[in-house]
Amino acid sequence: MTGADAILRCLEAEGVDVIFGIPGGAILPLYDAMARGTSVRHVLARHEQGAGHMAEGYARASGRVGVCVATSGPGATNLVTPIADAWMDSTPLVCITGQVRSHLIGTDAFQECDITGITIPIVKHSWLVQNVRELPSVVKAAFHVARTGRCGPVLVDVPRDVQEAEFDFSYPESLSLPGWKPPRRGHSRQITAAARAVAAAERPILYVGGGVLNADATSELLELAERGRLPVVTTLMAKGAFPESHELHAGWPGMHGPKWSNWALNKADLIVAVGARFDDRVTGRVSAFAPGATIVHLDIDAAEISKIRHADIPVVGPLKPVLGQLARELEPVPGRAEPWLRQIADWRDEFPLRYGGENGVLKPQRVLELLQELTADRDDVVFTTGVGQHQMWAMQYLQCDLPRSFITSGGLGTMGYGIPAAVGAKAARPDATVVCVDGDGCFQMTQQELATAVLEQLPVVVVIVNNGYLGMVRQWQDMFFDERFSQIRLTQQVPDYALLAQAYGALGFTAETDDELRDALEQSLASGRTCVIDARVDPHEHCFPMIPAGAAAVDVIEYPVNEAVTA
Amino acid sequence: MKHTLSVLVENKPGALMRVTSMFARRGFNIDSLAVGPTERHDVSRITIRVDCAQTTLEQIEKQMHKLVNVLRVQELVPGESIERELALLKVAAPASKRAELMTLADAVGARLADIGPDSVVFELVGTPEEIDAFEELVRPHGLRELGRTGRLGLSRAARTAKRPQQVLV
Repeated sequence: MTGADAILRCLEAEGVDVIFGIPGGAILPLYDAMARGTSVRHVLARHEQGAGHMAEGYARASGRVGVCVATSGPGATNLVTPIADAWMDSTPLVCITGQVRSHLIGTDAFQECDITGITIPIVKHSWLVQNVRELPSVVKAAFHVARTGRCGPVLVDVPRDVQEAEFDFSYPESLSLPGWKPPRRGHSRQITAAARAVAAAERPILYVGGGVLNADATSELLELAERGRLPVVTTLMAKGAFPESHELHAGWPGMHGPKWSNWALNKADLIVAVGARFDDRVTGRVSAFAPGATIVHLDIDAAEISKIRHADIPVVGPLKPVLGQLARELEPVPGRAEPWLRQIADWRDEFPLRYGGENGVLKPQRVLELLQELTADRDDVVFTTGVGQHQMWAMQYLQCDLPRSFITSGGLGTMGYGIPAAVGAKAARPDATVVCVDGDGCFQMTQQELATAVLEQLPVVVVIVNNGYLGMVRQWQDMFFDERFSQIRLTQQVPDYALLAQAYGALGFTAETDDELRDALEQSLASGRTCVIDARVDPHEHCFPMIPAGAAAVDVIEYPVNEAVTA
Repeated sequence: MKHTLSVLVENKPGALMRVTSMFARRGFNIDSLAVGPTERHDVSRITIRVDCAQTTLEQIEKQMHKLVNVLRVQELVPGESIERELALLKVAAPASKRAELMTLADAVGARLADIGPDSVVFELVGTPEEIDAFEELVRPHGLRELGRTGRLGLSRAARTAKRPQQVLV
């Protein structure tokens, strides 16, 4: 068997059903092996960045490891953004790249680049396979490392001659990775201490991050919250990890979180951080963040403990058993939580999300409200987003009650993530309704993957919140650079997104009013086809509330009162 | 505060780069670095000297533990470990000064490694502080070139190498 065939047998053995990629010179033997037959479906992307984000969307929607394939040189470097994205958001990803023949490595050969070197800071581990006999154990190790411990990306670089080399294939049953020892369980006494601290707190809160989703620990989280009557804030990465219609859900913390959510987090006397990492977009100025709170930090990654905020009670371990034990051991004092929950509910009533009044112009927030309304009766909906204002409005106005129903680029903030991630999510969950909420800037970074969606029969609905600007940049220039607008105007008309969609074989709609948008959304959701809705919105709208970078929660800037109506 | 870390890594391509890249990426400074083989052919030892606060040191240890090639990270605590460094010093040595230089070298246990018409090369093995001191002693004579290995360390003979200290519970 050749090395290339062996890669496919390895993927099959790992249970991989879909991979995303683009062929090229150094990876030709692997594509030749695909032509010889495999149970693995290959989705042909239009750009390797798209393939990488598709693999991420697949991983986030399914909970399995995403796989993407690219050739050497530019193919591999185009994967760098998705790899960095997966690194920041702890998305399990196996990237397989072709490399020039072994004897050419180091000679600056055609399409050669040191992709293992380039990606060292953004992978959990990487391998340059130098001998075909190592290939099966390397691929097995790659999957193991990607999905154990804190999830993340790995890279396997395979020279062309290694793909072509013949050997006797067998898939190893076990692995030798003496340096890879992710924690298997949490320290029992620490969990007991955490349970006591939670029970003793007057104003406890669960601050939940994406780690809960990676740990498949959402039912344990729900059990813990309900048992202790603990309010829950979910970060952008954890949206959907706790049902947002639940009375204990206290919104989303951070820069564009509702004021009441940030108050709940900042005025807590005990924060249980669960698979969250005190990101600067959540904390603002660290010294001013939740100054009175004792910190219980549960995480599988020891390096996150006390990295940003000192943890008074750290628990390092897999969240599923840790949360399970914490829920079992928690002995809440009956009635104790109620004043605190009432206080949060009061803040919620006092500080609702608001946006501008009726002036006949479609408001971006309204786009999300309508999308929420028209998808609410569907069982299985997955939202993806790009990065910017539309992403923050999506966080604020979409209600996600199920895990893995909101897929976004959090840590890296990768514009253009939305469309390919939606295609990948659809490949993972073909029966789901997949909607990408995009910005006009983001759309233009990865729009070519509409071709992939159409031709691979992976229909997704793309809703462009089109304000004709790089909107979040515009907001910052307006608020923090004395309205000196610089290089942000994209126009709402160029390109004509509906026509562009049609050029790709998708359905295209343009909506400038509430009625047009409702009509376009209803048609799109019913069509079962790839659709693009160009929702032309008020270009002057800013995303509020906003805690400026490096500020404290009390410095929050709210929607200008004289213009606002309560949503 | 200066700390010495002794790190055992798998002897695999790129292992050193993964360690040093992590330091660079996270903004940790390396004072000195020494790499070499160990009693096991498949394991290398990296001795790293860092100048950082205790919290940063804990971060460094934890981040290193996450690297797949890293087998063990141990802080070499002063008093419980032996630290040595090798230095080669090329010093200007006209005939009139040689006797004085040789006396200095003898006093600190430096060996004459090479001798030329107008300069000599000393080799000195000692603690980094001893080497610092010798360097200052010969500098007035004209220190033409200096090379140091960076410090290397092991725990004391009375202590057998332990499993890595569990930083967190």
